[in-house]
Amino acid sequence: MNAFVALKDVTHAYGSGDGFPAVEHLSLSIAEGEFAAVVGPSGCGKSTLMKLATGLQFPRAGTILVGGAPVTEPVRIAGMAFQNPTLLPWRTTLENLLLPLEIVEPHRSRLKRERAAYVSRAEQLLAKVGLAGQGGKYPWELSGGMQQRASLCRALIHEPRLLLLDEPFGALDAFTREELWCVIRDLHAERRMTVVLVTHDLREAVFLADRIFCMSARPGRVVAERVVDFPRPRDLEITYTKAFIDIVHELRGHIADARKTA
Amino acid sequence: MNAEADSVSAAAEAEARAVREAAARARASRARRLMLAPWLCTIGFFLLWEAACRIFGVSSYVLPTPSDILDAIVAYWWPLLFHSFHTLWMTTAGFVIAIVFGLVLGLALGASRFVHAGVYPLLVGFNAIPKVAVVPILVIRFGVGWLPAVLTAFMISFFPIVVNVATGLATIEPEVEDVLRALGARKLDIMLKVGVPRSLPYFFGSLKVAITLAYVGSVIAEYNASRNGIGNLMARASADFNVPLLFAALIALAVLGIMIYAVMAWLERRMTGWAQRSQFAA
Ligand SMILES: Nc1ncnc2c1ncn2[C@@H]1O[C@H](COP(=O)(O)OP(=O)(O)OP(=O)(O)O)[C@@H](O)[C@H]1O
Ligand SMILES: [Mg+2]
Repeated sequence: MNAFVALKDVTHAYGSGDGFPAVEHLSLSIAEGEFAAVVGPSGCGKSTLMKLATGLQFPRAGTILVGGAPVTEPVRIAGMAFQNPTLLPWRTTLENLLLPLEIVEPHRSRLKRERAAYVSRAEQLLAKVGLAGQGGKYPWELSGGMQQRASLCRALIHEPRLLLLDEPFGALDAFTREELWCVIRDLHAERRMTVVLVTHDLREAVFLADRIFCMSARPGRVVAERVVDFPRPRDLEITYTKAFIDIVHELRGHIADARKTA
Repeated sequence: MNAEADSVSAAAEAEARAVREAAARARASRARRLMLAPWLCTIGFFLLWEAACRIFGVSSYVLPTPSDILDAIVAYWWPLLFHSFHTLWMTTAGFVIAIVFGLVLGLALGASRFVHAGVYPLLVGFNAIPKVAVVPILVIRFGVGWLPAVLTAFMISFFPIVVNVATGLATIEPEVEDVLRALGARKLDIMLKVGVPRSLPYFFGSLKVAITLAYVGSVIAEYNASRNGIGNLMARASADFNVPLLFAALIALAVLGIMIYAVMAWLERRMTGWAQRSQFAA
């Protein structure tokens, strides 16, 4: 397989380095354009995995490749979104969306000259996630779900080749969550970027992902890898089919085992 | 039948409107009472003071009555006004220097862990020194005049500005920083795009404290080493045993203090509205 993100035998510990490792002998690889999901018990190192893959943390042992090159500094090509929307309260939603463009080249040097074009691009993206015309509002004038949509847009505005989502829908109600699953599904189908999604929701993982990694309790490593080959585009209805529920069950078994051995 | 139903619903509507209007009136009168509360409290305080002095026959050398003080204010209105302006001027000069210095040092402290670790203990130590003790040193160096007052105001007031600005910078949410660093943001980008705007509410919040301290500083210095200012006026009044004038000067200080505090509070509201409306943790 031609891997876009590859971790080989990675061990990482926080702090001065003599602590108990957060992840140990962690190996996984994700192909370009693939939608991968990572599930596992709380505290097993899923967020750590994201930080390693983006070069925000460096491993104590093992190698990490992104786009074929070893990660030696923050990767510059990643869009990230977290459970907290983390929008800046002094900027309007639209200005929040433009923030990555103020940093990433080549947009950074073009932004001043071609501001109108970029603004219309941001507005199109907002419309796509159901926030048409809300760009002028401040984040605190939006509901939690709307903020999360905006945060997703911010992760996508610079058209990253790698999108990292760390429990982005964790704090949302079930209906909003399913609606955003479809938003992500369509964006992935359209842009074909590589996505890594960390989630606690197994249905979410199975519905969205091509490949699911189950991690053990701390220190985390991959204990099971499951390919999900439902044809795309997938409809929400498949979440009620037997084949779908079987996979969810199977994953649930892996997580339960991982928790027991902890 | 229908007409009856209409008239019933019309009556209900009129009633509802009356209830709404009554609620609005109640809200307005509550707001009015809230506006009046500080004035009523202040007047009540002085009345109580006056009454207590008269009932217990307190000598005006110990505690003059508010009416004695009022007489003193009327008699000495020009020196009081003149010296108040002098004090205000000293305070403002020291405060402006403290803002510049505090901002620069606060940004440096918040931006670099090395600077923080190195300089912070020094700052805490410096802040712990009572500034009254420094005034004589300033007098030896600069003589009696305006410079000791300005410097004392500056020295006493920059600390809260430094600490607040540094705190605003140092408490950037790690996730925001992660988002930006994964985009290849440099340290300076993060400072300018997140750190500085984020520390503004902290900065403006600290100004209220800082200006009050600067004011205390300039009065202390004037008391000890000046020929002008409210502090000096008080020093002279106390040498003359002119207790009502001493109290009149205290009242002038209090009024001036409230005014400069109000200006800073207004500035804070103006500049960082987003922080209050978003319930930003400042
Ligand atoms: N900055 C840090 N400093 C020290 N230890 C950390 C740090 N971040 C995480 N850890 C530790 O590393 C381990 C893995 O943390 P991580 O955040 O990756 O877990 P997670 O799988 O994302 O958990 P959750 O599902 O609850 O978000 C945890 O046990 C945690 O205590
Ligand atoms: Mg996590």
